[in-house]
Amino acid sequence: MSRLLKLSIFRYNPEDEQSEPHMQEFVLEETDSMTLFIALNRIREEQDPSLQFDFCCRAGICGSCGMVINGRPGLACHTKTRDLPGDITLLPLPVFKLVGDLSVDTGSWFREMYTKTESWIHTKKRFDPTALEDRMDNQQAVDIYELERCIECGCCIAACGTARLRADFMGAAALNRVARFLIDPRDDRTEDEYYTIIGNDMGIFGCMGLLACEDVCPKHLPLQNQLGFLRRKMGITSLKRLFTS
Amino acid sequence: MQTVYTDFLVVGAGLAGERAAVEAADAGFSTICLSLVPARRSHSSAAQGGMQASLGNSVMGEGDNPDVHFADTVKGSDWGCDQEVARLFADAAPIEMRRLAHWGVPWNRVVPGKSIYYKGGKQFEKIEAEDKEGLIMARSFGGTAKWRTCYTSDGTGHAVMCTMDNRCAQVGVEVHDKTEAIALIQDEETCYGVIARCLRTGELWTYLSKATMIAAGGFGRIYPNTTNAVICDGGAHTMCVDTGVVPMGNMEAVQFHPTGIVPTDILVTEGCRGDGGTLLDANEKRFMHEYEPEKAELASRDVVSRWMTHHMREGHGVKSSYGEHLWLDIRHLGAEHITGKLREVYEICTSFLGVDPIHQLIPVRPTQHYSMGGVRTNKDGAAYGLKGLFAAGEAACWDMHGFNRLGGNSLAETVVAGGIIGRKIAEYLQGCETEFKTGLIRDTAACQQARIDDLITCANGSENVYRVRAAMQDALHKGANIFRTQDGLETCVASLQEVVARARNVGLRSNGRGVNPELAAALKLEGQTKMALMIAYGALMRTESRGSHNREDFTARNDRDWLNRTLAYWKHPDDTMPTLEYEAATSVFEIPPGDRGYGKSEIISADVTKE
Ligand SMILES: Cc1cc2nc3c(=O)[nH]c(=O)nc-3n(C[C@H](O)[C@H](O)[C@H](O)COP(=O)(O)OP(=O)(O)OC[C@H]3O[C@@H](n4cnc5c(N)ncnc54)[C@H](O)[C@@H]3O)c2cc1C
Ligand code: SF4
Ligand code: SF4
Ligand code: FES
Repeated sequence: MSRLLKLSIFRYNPEDEQSEPHMQEFVLEETDSMTLFIALNRIREEQDPSLQFDFCCRAGICGSCGMVINGRPGLACHTKTRDLPGDITLLPLPVFKLVGDLSVDTGSWFREMYTKTESWIHTKKRFDPTALEDRMDNQQAVDIYELERCIECGCCIAACGTARLRADFMGAAALNRVARFLIDPRDDRTEDEYYTIIGNDMGIFGCMGLLACEDVCPKHLPLQNQLGFLRRKMGITSLKRLFTS
Repeated sequence: MQTVYTDFLVVGAGLAGERAAVEAADAGFSTICLSLVPARRSHSSAAQGGMQASLGNSVMGEGDNPDVHFADTVKGSDWGCDQEVARLFADAAPIEMRRLAHWGVPWNRVVPGKSIYYKGGKQFEKIEAEDKEGLIMARSFGGTAKWRTCYTSDGTGHAVMCTMDNRCAQVGVEVHDKTEAIALIQDEETCYGVIARCLRTGELWTYLSKATMIAAGGFGRIYPNTTNAVICDGGAHTMCVDTGVVPMGNMEAVQFHPTGIVPTDILVTEGCRGDGGTLLDANEKRFMHEYEPEKAELASRDVVSRWMTHHMREGHGVKSSYGEHLWLDIRHLGAEHITGKLREVYEICTSFLGVDPIHQLIPVRPTQHYSMGGVRTNKDGAAYGLKGLFAAGEAACWDMHGFNRLGGNSLAETVVAGGIIGRKIAEYLQGCETEFKTGLIRDTAACQQARIDDLITCANGSENVYRVRAAMQDALHKGANIFRTQDGLETCVASLQEVVARARNVGLRSNGRGVNPELAAALKLEGQTKMALMIAYGALMRTESRGSHNREDFTARNDRDWLNRTLAYWKHPDDTMPTLEYEAATSVFEIPPGDRGYGKSEIISADVTKE
């Protein structure tokens, strides 16, 4: 006989005046290879069709299903019930606006982030459809991709002490994004220009360096290295600015 | 109700939708993409393999050019494609890949010198040319004569999607995510936009536009087992079906992939078998070599899928709480190979199954993978039947894939078609004046509100949404799967007709307030069941085997009678069956129908006169 899982799930529907935030318990029989994706869908189809949560790829590549699983932000599709105790507590990610139950609005947060960081290649060059592509060193391409692997799940933001304290803190995902463009030879922005984006307490100088972001990142992005890299670069830029102003 | 006005409205913010949007925005038009999820979560980001374009930079791609790519694509389609479209595609693909490089995609690049690669389990050596250093690299893929697939590590879709979405932000394309289009605003002549449901609040919104594009991806979720994301549910297609005047092209052409993992149907790459992995049954016995002595596990996707299904029907499947499956065995390849060359497979197995493929078997079964069918358009991407309506990407039947699409050709199609059709739309918008009929808009919105109210109050009945959906999926699974017979399809059509009737009697169990996922599922259910019938009925009528459409009772490809495309309409809302019409597969033949050079070669030639 397999385990009976007890899932305590945060419930609140802001669009329903009768709804009050509370925890609700569901009991479910565990099956082989069960993930939280399977468990939550089963609860919705068999027990409570109104339950809100987000899944999309269910394969750990789209970042939809970030939630707080037994106290720790993570991807629900990626989490096997077998690795959890029989009592499972699920909460929505903090920091992001709640849509309902376990669903939060990461889209607006990240869109604002890429407007702020101008997350695109800044170049004066025009594309010439008749010419060969510009050459690039393969290792450079691989290094850029390594930072671009972020799936915008929001786990690092949810785990970050600074982000929870101040709403305007950019968070590890945004700083990592800046690092991605900083190392891209196609982007013409100067270090000074980057400084105006992240050289402040909302950016790199707000980070307390406590590693929570890297610990929870499901894609294992080298966030600490990037934060260190930016802090050094921006530290130097800030000194230069002092002496040239 | 809020109303939003824009020149160009795209339903879908995947690669096809965003690429077209960029083109229109560059031409100065206001452009909005709607999406169920933030753009970067679109299913385009799930593609790992890569995208085809005949750059010919790698030594293994030497001599490649658009003609070779074109020929591979036509053969891949089993001559079911529109050859004019395949030509447009093959010619434009290299330019689009370079454009993506300019916009920021970190393509892997040519590294000159010696390196090792594997083929059929054996090791080979190649030497990349010095003068190609730093140009876009390509890898090998099934069905292609040359190494032609451009890639970024094992995350091509993700990398291209990020770049495209960045580009959208840069040129001012708005993306309204968590927004679901539920009905077209149209008068059976012209399309004026959509009614959409906000997935943050549950409110209805009106979007008015001069041009509207469906770029909503595939609809694999109408099958029970699919590699597709849960949002690939055909909701946007159902809006077109509902018009009665927009046909769906070649719905019976559905691609299945042999190795979806059980239970979640996440894809593990064909590379497992390419590198020497084997398929085993419940007794842990190999079986493919008995059916296909020559190629065994390495026969083409459709062939392997077919034998796997057959073997399970014969009673050799492994029983599990998720239904029957078979095993994929890669243990003999060794730890180094598995954690190296098959790293992605290793991670999928350990993360999602808790299975260590170095020591354990991987549970797999053939799984729905790609929808060749979709909203039928002409070569400019304009949908048949409605002015101002366009379609692109997997959602469309633009028709460069015919009855079977090649790996790497879909992701490439999204950006190439998005570019070509986006430019056509910009031209269309240039001279376009539209009068919006307020009565029509009001009526459409009221009709959608009434549907919602009826579902909430169970006005038409209280059939359970999820049970009816499961009945639809089950019918397709049983009857319109990898191999098809007259009996199976007849049963499938009959049971789907019952399901359509049940879908009309659905009522919610929850209160339907706010975002309510049950309501979202209910709103598209009837349309989905109609699409399922289009697949089953189209397959029943097509008495031949072509590409992914395999009739056990009509094994030959019949160019004499079936070198055509099925158009399926749902002419009146109360109909119980779709109406099928046919048109020539292509009006231009660059390559006359012939042998593909792989798979079966039973062909009834077009030259044989009818008896
Ligand atoms: C696992 C997997 C791996 C693959 N690998 C490859 C590969 O290596 N190479 C290759 O060429 N192809 C590959 N494919 C196929 C390819 O990825 C897809 O065909 C392609 O990405 C589809 O792109 P698209 O832009 O048409 O749609 P998608 O990227 O699926 O985007 C659809 C968009 O429509 C939106 N949408 C849907 N319905 C609505 C609605 N009702 N209202 C509003 N918005 C809506 C969605 O939110 C989304 O933004 C793979 C497919 C799968 C499943
Ligand atoms: S290291 Fe910086 S960004 Fe990461 S969690 Fe700590 S404060 Fe936040
Ligand atoms: S950096 Fe990691 S944790 Fe943060 S959003 Fe990206 S993938 Fe998620
Ligand atoms: S559903 Fe895509 S990461 Fe979990």
